[in-house]
Amino acid sequence: MIRRKKKGAYDQYIKSSKSSLFAETMQRIWENPGARVGIVLLAVIVLACLFAPLVAPYGVNDMDIQNMFAGPSAQHLCGTDGMGRDLFTRLLYGGRYSLALGLCAAIFGSVAGTIIGSVAGYFGGKTETLIMRIMDIWSSLPSILLCILISAVLGSGFFNTVLALSVGNVPIGVRLIRGQILAERSREYLEAAESIKCSKISIMFRHLLPNVVSPVIVDATMGIGMTITMAAALSYIGLGVQPPTPEWGAMLADARTHILNYPHLIMFPGLIIALTVLAINLIGDGLRDAMDPKLRK
Amino acid sequence: MGKYILKRLLWMIVIILGTSFIIFTILYFTPGDPARLIAGGNATAEDVENLRHIMGLDKSYIQQLGEYFSDTFLHFDLGTSWVYNKPVVDEMLVRLPRTVIIGLSAMVLNLALGLLMGIFAATHEGKWQDSLTMGIAMVFISCPDFWVALMLILLFSAKLGWLPAYGIGGPQYYVMPIICSALGGIAVNARQTRASMLGVFREDYITTARAKGQREKKVVFRHMLPNALMPIITSIGAGFARIVAGSAVIESVFSVPGIGLYLLTAINSRDYPVVRSCVLFFAVFTSVSMLIVDLVYAFVDPRIKAQYSSVRKGGQKK
Repeated sequence: MIRRKKKGAYDQYIKSSKSSLFAETMQRIWENPGARVGIVLLAVIVLACLFAPLVAPYGVNDMDIQNMFAGPSAQHLCGTDGMGRDLFTRLLYGGRYSLALGLCAAIFGSVAGTIIGSVAGYFGGKTETLIMRIMDIWSSLPSILLCILISAVLGSGFFNTVLALSVGNVPIGVRLIRGQILAERSREYLEAAESIKCSKISIMFRHLLPNVVSPVIVDATMGIGMTITMAAALSYIGLGVQPPTPEWGAMLADARTHILNYPHLIMFPGLIIALTVLAINLIGDGLRDAMDPKLRK
Repeated sequence: MGKYILKRLLWMIVIILGTSFIIFTILYFTPGDPARLIAGGNATAEDVENLRHIMGLDKSYIQQLGEYFSDTFLHFDLGTSWVYNKPVVDEMLVRLPRTVIIGLSAMVLNLALGLLMGIFAATHEGKWQDSLTMGIAMVFISCPDFWVALMLILLFSAKLGWLPAYGIGGPQYYVMPIICSALGGIAVNARQTRASMLGVFREDYITTARAKGQREKKVVFRHMLPNALMPIITSIGAGFARIVAGSAVIESVFSVPGIGLYLLTAINSRDYPVVRSCVLFFAVFTSVSMLIVDLVYAFVDPRIKAQYSSVRKGGQKK
């Protein structure tokens, strides 16, 4: 009876300490003025894109033949493109692709990197050497180049582009996690876990990982922004997502030929990319400061 | 030290061979027949078969791989472009200086401006100058470089007419590509410099320097900067490689006929010898610049040197 009570109290302690850590991190992020701007900005963009059908004044493929290449006006907030489609509407719909691409690729890359990195860091020895050598070869090409190549090989399409975008992030995650684990490997709680015969998988993912994962979270957050930029660059050079899909980079690629006559077609898609990435980077900075154990009391 | 350099060189060769192997394999298994694409829509099946024979595509994977490796690494022959029927090396040599000039200038600009901004922000920590500089850096990081390139074309070529919008020629053609290539790196370096300057800010030797009455300028540039520079030096190699690889996008915006644009055109036209050679170039370039930076680092930082010689001594004892 007493034991059960104690166990309940312990569970509650764990629960409360966990939620307070999360709450504390959130609190710290919110206290950072830069991050607060980022959160609000990103929330506005994400919500507007998610609820695009409600927010957008026109349909995504509605053409206004009388108003082709119209500049920004009250009727068309960001003007219209070469087919008379409302640019503001297309930006909202396009944001769905760009944000999803960035998010999926960053998560995909970081998760793969974390798993491989944990294996390398925890098992050590030959496994580690082999994995790290493979990573050396993997990262001998800068990520943008790798991304271009893989995208060219796989062809266009959402999932292929996600794959191409995330591949370059893997070695970064691997190195990050492995470095963290190396510093953590001789800690007592791991010895304790081994002494009660936890399985290696369980030690790796339940005991070790929660203690080393915060830099990866920060890195992945920043990675979302970088990936959105990279996805746009990829579409711009004709790989990745193709027009007429209203992805931001694809819209830039579409408008490229009209740059001198209708600059608004270039200005607005780029501006929304820059704003989104800026918001994500601000949040990432705030997250890093909030998770930095040196700064935490 | 000699042993360290030798080891690194050997490993670099392995990396380059590995990369070539992977690229060859990926391209080999890419769906679609390059011969059909290059022969054009009107070609008969016989024509395509002939072309496949000329291009060596009718041989087995192992045979093709063997030929590619022996041509590239034993005879230093990068092959002939399938589309233009010209030796790849000639074309690359013409294009190489453009890419390297842009990359090197952007790198210099990166370091110079990045360091200055970082030092400026760190010495004004917490004041408005700090926030302003870091705010600018944040904006630089967040703007896609190819979009900035388009905006610069709009401003300097279309509106003001100061600079040519595309192509290559005199020095004025290089200005915008260099600025665009450098922008992100400047911001990264500025942030890193600031962070590592603040890291050494409260070290004892800085307090000592101040205590002995050293002028603030000397404290910053003599005592703080050399120590704060270490993490920045390590990132130079990767940064340089990133700029040169990123040239593909920037060169495409400005239509600069450099290596990056060569690669992109070749990818689109399935000109595999060109793709392989360009990728090989980027891999070699990355590895060499990383190697040089690591060696410089080992040379500059006495701790690394000491660490290496002590490791070797330890090994001898055993």
